[in-house]
Amino acid sequence: MKIIIVGDGKVGYTLADNLAGEEHDVTIVDKNPEALRRAHDNLDVMCVKGSGVSGKTLLEAGIRETDLLLAATSSDEINMVCALTGKKLGAKRTVARIRDPEYANELAMLKNELELDMIINPEQAAALEIVKLLQFPSAINVESFARGRVRVVDIKMTDDVPIVGMPLKKIASRINASVLIGAIERDEDVFIPDGEAVVQAGDTIYVVGNTVNTFNFCKAIGKCSLRIRRIMIVGGGRIGYYLSRIVLELGMKVKLIEIDRDRCQELSELLPEALIIQGDGTSTDLLESENLYDMDAFVALTGRDEDNLIVSLLARQAGVQKVITKVARINSESLIKALDLDSIISPRLITANHILQYVRGLKNAETTSLETLYKTANGQAEIIEFLVKQDRWYLNTPLRKLKMVKNAIIAAIVRKNEIIIPHGSDDVHRNDRVILFVKGLSPESLDDVFQVQEPL
Amino acid sequence: MNHRAVIRSLGIVMLCEGAFMVPSLVVALFYRDGDAPAFLITIAVLMLGALLVPIKPPKSGLYARDGLAIVALGWLVMSVFGALPFVLSGSIPRFVDALFESVSGFTTTGASILTRIEGLPRGILFWRSFTHWIGGMGVLLLTLAILPMAGAGAVHILRAESPGPAPGKLVPKLAQTAKILYILYVSLTLAQVIALLLAGMSFYDALIHAFGTAGTGGFSNRNASVGAYNSLAIDLIIAVFMLIFGISFTLHYQLIRRNWKSFWRDEELRFYLAVVALSVAVITWDVLRHQLLTPGAALRQSFFQVSSIITTTGFATADFNAWPALSKTILLALMLVGASAGSTGGGIKCIRILMMLKLIRREMTRMKHPQIVQSIRIGGRKVDSETLQSVVLFILFYLTILAVAVFLVAADVQDLVTGFSAVLACIGNIGPGLGMVGPTGNYAAFSDFSKAVLSLCMLLGRLEIMPVAVLALPSFWRRVSI
Repeated sequence: MKIIIVGDGKVGYTLADNLAGEEHDVTIVDKNPEALRRAHDNLDVMCVKGSGVSGKTLLEAGIRETDLLLAATSSDEINMVCALTGKKLGAKRTVARIRDPEYANELAMLKNELELDMIINPEQAAALEIVKLLQFPSAINVESFARGRVRVVDIKMTDDVPIVGMPLKKIASRINASVLIGAIERDEDVFIPDGEAVVQAGDTIYVVGNTVNTFNFCKAIGKCSLRIRRIMIVGGGRIGYYLSRIVLELGMKVKLIEIDRDRCQELSELLPEALIIQGDGTSTDLLESENLYDMDAFVALTGRDEDNLIVSLLARQAGVQKVITKVARINSESLIKALDLDSIISPRLITANHILQYVRGLKNAETTSLETLYKTANGQAEIIEFLVKQDRWYLNTPLRKLKMVKNAIIAAIVRKNEIIIPHGSDDVHRNDRVILFVKGLSPESLDDVFQVQEPL
Repeated sequence: MNHRAVIRSLGIVMLCEGAFMVPSLVVALFYRDGDAPAFLITIAVLMLGALLVPIKPPKSGLYARDGLAIVALGWLVMSVFGALPFVLSGSIPRFVDALFESVSGFTTTGASILTRIEGLPRGILFWRSFTHWIGGMGVLLLTLAILPMAGAGAVHILRAESPGPAPGKLVPKLAQTAKILYILYVSLTLAQVIALLLAGMSFYDALIHAFGTAGTGGFSNRNASVGAYNSLAIDLIIAVFMLIFGISFTLHYQLIRRNWKSFWRDEELRFYLAVVALSVAVITWDVLRHQLLTPGAALRQSFFQVSSIITTTGFATADFNAWPALSKTILLALMLVGASAGSTGGGIKCIRILMMLKLIRREMTRMKHPQIVQSIRIGGRKVDSETLQSVVLFILFYLTILAVAVFLVAADVQDLVTGFSAVLACIGNIGPGLGMVGPTGNYAAFSDFSKAVLSLCMLLGRLEIMPVAVLALPSFWRRVSI
């Protein structure tokens, strides 16, 4: 695909890096020659210097033949105008980053009027990501499929989990929750387990099911002793604001610590139900006097990575059940992993991942019925969602009579509003959404995962 | 520096050169002039490069320094091995002479130490011209087109090998860019071969002259160069194709995409064509004034010679050494200017001259209005001050090297014009100069030392100085460069 990225900032660069790596033709447009030089030297992309709102520059970048225009400059307004200009000049699809909360309520209208195909709000996306983590305190990561009806939850196994040492086929009878373990990550390696596989301490398991069942599963294995009710947030920036708003709606209690007095005033107007504390969130005294010990969750969202890491470690030490840390710079990933923090989130990566997922879906939508695709466990395994559009020979046949290729497993079948965690007697119908776990395969349609049976 | 990656790339360059020698071997076998063994031995030696290819670099990334080293060393390796067939076949027995001829071929200079060209084995003459064709677009660019090398870091190779102040890509993917450039190059060369065949040239001669034109080199298989054919059609075909190869390939690509506007609106192209037109007019007038030729012949001769010199090809249909002083001076100035950036030609390049002229005009305006703020624009687009600085520095560096080299060869020459124009013709990759090295002369009379200096000048000129010059920095070679 031909892709133009306007704005060579953190998100733009990460996107260009990933998209060029996936064999797309990427052109970057930016006004800053320094930023362009870095991209030109390190990535196999073309760089065009100029303003993304100028039609001339966009034409030079080849907007007429472009499949996708991504507007990711630091200014919402430029992004909007750029996407609009791009669309009018012939870009097939446009994606704009719009992050200001002031636009947040008008997003649907903006999307419609500017003919945008997707709007990215990094702060809101980060906040949603955090909410998902807060709803599953034991999960490292949570992904949604089939428009949010199916969840995939990554859970780290420790010695005290009752299912450790148990083969998978016995877990089903022991725990009364309709879920499926789609993949197991062990020592940097991922495999798709069969019924005989045994869960070990130290594994990360990928559990598939609907929201209720995955939650019940977590509860049953004792990884979810209590629901999170009280949250302390340090840093009242945009993510802090979005996050507070959502968790307040979910009925959780929020204590928000922000250093800037004016911002505190603003927040107290915007979030009347939250407890806003003016003070330095990195000071131990303040945290202790605000009962850090009694909090269920702690979220560090200040503008400085170092502060976030330090206060998270403090919270961890204080025994807070769920600690979430925002880290903007992801270059030092290996270092941060060694720190034993639960969940690290990076708005830039989340944004880039959202767009990448969208692009991958587009690419495949051109040729097959693939709906969404998510790379998991360092990209070793993939979760793919297919929509069955046509009559195929394997439809309406119980799964136990079908033979699947190795390293693939049907994790869930979504039929209208019903979610089926498949057993041998279940079958696939037309218009079902099928969610698959695959490793080392890249099936282009569902046909590729069923082996054609020899007629007897 | 990523030494292993550099060594591995040199192995690939050797293999490529071996493959490039196969057509010459076929020609040698076809004509049976006794030069086939020379090619066989050289190809066998070059195949040893295969031993270097399995070397695995510790890390795959290529950085600016690696790109420079690969290009500069790659060209040295190519020139040394390219000289072997000349020595082994006995056509040019002395290695220094053979190296001069080989460097002159690859850098598309076309300066020769041969006093008699006709009578040499045809395989050797074919190889001599084929080196022009390889060197014109660049070997490393070809390796980028056909081998998936080192991904993004390879842009440093493109930058070091392609001429011009800011070489860039045509399309986002580097490998695709290299492919497009080579497809354009091959198609234009084929077009010229067909045109020359239609004009009555033999197939062998057509190939030789098309190679010389495409690379803007200038080696001919005739002592009298293109003048030997004495045909208006051939003169015109070669002159027009020289001009075409002197235009940036980016513009040719625009033409193919039917982007006529950006082709004709290109400021460098307009400057280039204006300089050609003006020079032809003045030289025609000057020659007529001295009543040397008939009007028709004067126009034809001056057009061919101007086209040949500004594109730095170096074919000749007339002995311009015998022309009046004004005409010779114009030709010397054209040698300095050179072709367009992004073409196969050499010289300082039109775009740099254009930028310098604009800089000078700005300085003069500034004398009148000391507080003026004015940006330099090329094609309506602002040129950033860093590029301007590098352009000014390049021109200064170019002239400095020219001056130093003139000193170094001064001991070997009888008159100033010969020495000056010989160095100018070598660093600008033109070939023939004035005086002793004029279109009817050659470089045989120079001492070994001068030949080495001139060979170095050719390499400096082809790679636009910096990639070769940094090799002289000791710190360039240290593993950890601080």
